[in-house]
Amino acid sequence: MDWLNALNLTAGELIGVYTAAYVLAALGLAVHFGFTGLLNFGQAAFAALGAYGYSIATLTLNWPWWAAVLAGLAASGVFALLLGIPTLRLRADYLAIVTIAAAQALRYAFSASDYASVTGASNGLSEFGESFYSLNPIPKGRYDLGFTSMSENELFIRIIGWSLVVIAAVFLFFLTRSPWGRVLKGIREDEDAVRALGKNVFAYKIQALVIGGTIASLGGMVFVMSSQTNQPSTWGTNFTFMIWTILLLGGAATILGPIVGGMVFFALLMFTQSVMEGLVKMGWLPFLDIAQVGQIRFLLVGLILMLLVIFRPQGIFGNKKELQFNG
Amino acid sequence: MANQIAIGAVEPGCKKVDPILVADNVTRQFGGLTAVNVEHVEIPRGQITALIGPNGAGKTTFFNLLTGFDKPNTGTWTFEGKDLAGVPSYKVARRGMIRTFQLTKALSLLTVIDNMRLGSQDQPGEGFFGSWLRFNWKSRETQITAKADELLKRFKLDAKREDYAAALSGGQRKLLEMARALMSDPKLVMLDEPMAGVNPALTQSLLEHIKDLKSNGTTVLFVEHDMHMVRHISDWVIVMAEGKIVAEGPPAEVMKNPAVIDAYLGAHADTDLGDVEIGSAKEGN
Repeated sequence: MDWLNALNLTAGELIGVYTAAYVLAALGLAVHFGFTGLLNFGQAAFAALGAYGYSIATLTLNWPWWAAVLAGLAASGVFALLLGIPTLRLRADYLAIVTIAAAQALRYAFSASDYASVTGASNGLSEFGESFYSLNPIPKGRYDLGFTSMSENELFIRIIGWSLVVIAAVFLFFLTRSPWGRVLKGIREDEDAVRALGKNVFAYKIQALVIGGTIASLGGMVFVMSSQTNQPSTWGTNFTFMIWTILLLGGAATILGPIVGGMVFFALLMFTQSVMEGLVKMGWLPFLDIAQVGQIRFLLVGLILMLLVIFRPQGIFGNKKELQFNG
Repeated sequence: MANQIAIGAVEPGCKKVDPILVADNVTRQFGGLTAVNVEHVEIPRGQITALIGPNGAGKTTFFNLLTGFDKPNTGTWTFEGKDLAGVPSYKVARRGMIRTFQLTKALSLLTVIDNMRLGSQDQPGEGFFGSWLRFNWKSRETQITAKADELLKRFKLDAKREDYAAALSGGQRKLLEMARALMSDPKLVMLDEPMAGVNPALTQSLLEHIKDLKSNGTTVLFVEHDMHMVRHISDWVIVMAEGKIVAEGPPAEVMKNPAVIDAYLGAHADTDLGDVEIGSAKEGN
C-alpha cells in the first residue's frame, strides 16, 4: 500500500480549493448560527447565488470579473433580505424551515429547463473563468509543491481562495470582538432581553444574515471557479450539511474553528478514502470494491463526527465552559 | 403622603401631581378573555409604585403592553408626555423605560461584565459600520466598563465579573438583571416580580437597591406578590384584578380597602394560614 501517496493526497486537501470554498461558507454560517443563533439550513443557496451570480453575469451579460463578483455578492445579499424580512421576526425554528425550503426551491429553479438559456438548466454553466484567469500573473507551467503539483491557474485560484479565507477571518475576528458582536451574542442567548435593553434586534439579525450570506457566496464563487463549471446538483442539502459538519467540528462560535474544521474534515475524508482504497487493492477488505469506498468513507466520517459531538461538543476550538451550561 | 402624590380623591384611576406614565383605555383580549382592561392610570414620578393583584390579574400582560412587547387591542399611553403606543420595545427602552422579566433573562453565555456592557446606550461600536474601527468605540467602551464595574460593586457582583452569567445563582441573576437595567440610567424602571425565588437575605439587599433607585431620582414600578415588601418600600400601590384597576392608594390604606381584601387578600388576610390549619385540626380532635 502506498502510504506516501495517501499522505500526499491528504496534504493536498489541506490547501484544496474546495476546502477553501467550504471554509468560506462555514465562516458565514458561524456568523449566522455561532454568533447570532440563526438556524440557517440553506447555506448552500447563498453559495449557489454567488456562483450563479458570477457565471450568469459573465456569460449572459458579458460583465468583467469584478462586476460579476459584485453581482454574486448582491444576489446573495438580496436573497438574505428576502428570507430575513418575513421570517426573522418569528421564532428561530421558522427560519430553519424557510431556509431549507428556499434553498431547495432555488436549486429547482436553477435546474428548470424553462430558463435553460440563462442558467443552463440541469447541465449548468461552464467556461466562465476567462476574465478572472486573465488576471493570473503566474507564468504558465507546472508548479511542484512537493506533495502535489498543479498548473498556474490551479495555483492562482488556491491563492485567491485562501486569501479570501484569511481576509474574511480577520474581518470577522474584529467584528465579533466589537460591541456589535457582543449584541449578536446577546441575541443568541435571549433576544427579548436584548430588545428590552434598547437594541433593534431585527436589524442586527438582518445584518448578520446578509454578512454570513455574502461570505458564503464568495465560497460559492471560489468553488465553481476552479473547474469553471457550475451545476445545480452541487448546491443540494448535502452541501449545507457538510458546512454544518465543518462548523460543529471546529467550534461554532469561533473564527479559527470553521477554518481548521474544514481542513480536518477534508483531510479526513481523503485519508480514509486513500487508505481504504489501498486496503481494498491489497485484498484486506474483501467485502468492498473500489467504487464502494467513496461512499463508505462518508459513513466513517459520520461516525467520527458523532463521537466528536458526543465527547467534544464544543468542537476543536470552542470554549468548553460555554457548553457546560444549558446541557 | 396621599395628597403629595394624588390630586383629589384617592380612587382607581385618580390623577397624580406629576405623572411620568399615563395610560388610557388599554385593553388586550386573548380570544374571548379580556386580560387587561385599564381605563385610566397614572404612575407618579420619582416614587416607588407597586402593582399588585392575584394571579391572572393581567399585571405582566399590562407590563408587556406598556413596554411594546405585546400589542393592545385598544389604548394609548404617554411616557413623559410623549405618545408611546405602538412604539417598538427597543425604542421604548431607548426613551428611558427599562423593564426586567419575571423569568430572569440573564444572557447565560456572556460574561457578567459583557451582560452589563450590553445594557448601555450610545455605543457607536454597536453599529455595524461603527464597529470596524476600534478607535471609534474604544473610549466609550472604557466609560461603559467603568460604569459597569461601579454598578457590579454596588450589587456585590464584582467578584463574578469574568464568570458566565450561567454560573450565577438565581438570586444573583436577578441582581444582574437589575444592575444591567440601570446601565442606561433609565427614568422609569419596571421590575416584574423582582423578589420571586430570592432568599430572604438577598431580598433585603434587593429592597435596599430599589430604595436607592428612588433616592437617585428614578421612578420604579414593580409587580410583586409579597405583601410584606410592598408595605415596606412602596409609596403607592395599584391593585389589579381581572384586568381592571380595582383600587389604588398609599400602601397602608390600600390594604384596608375592602375591595382589595376581597379581590386579593381573601377573607383570611389577617390570619396566619398555618394557625388556621392547626386550629381546625385541633377542632377535629
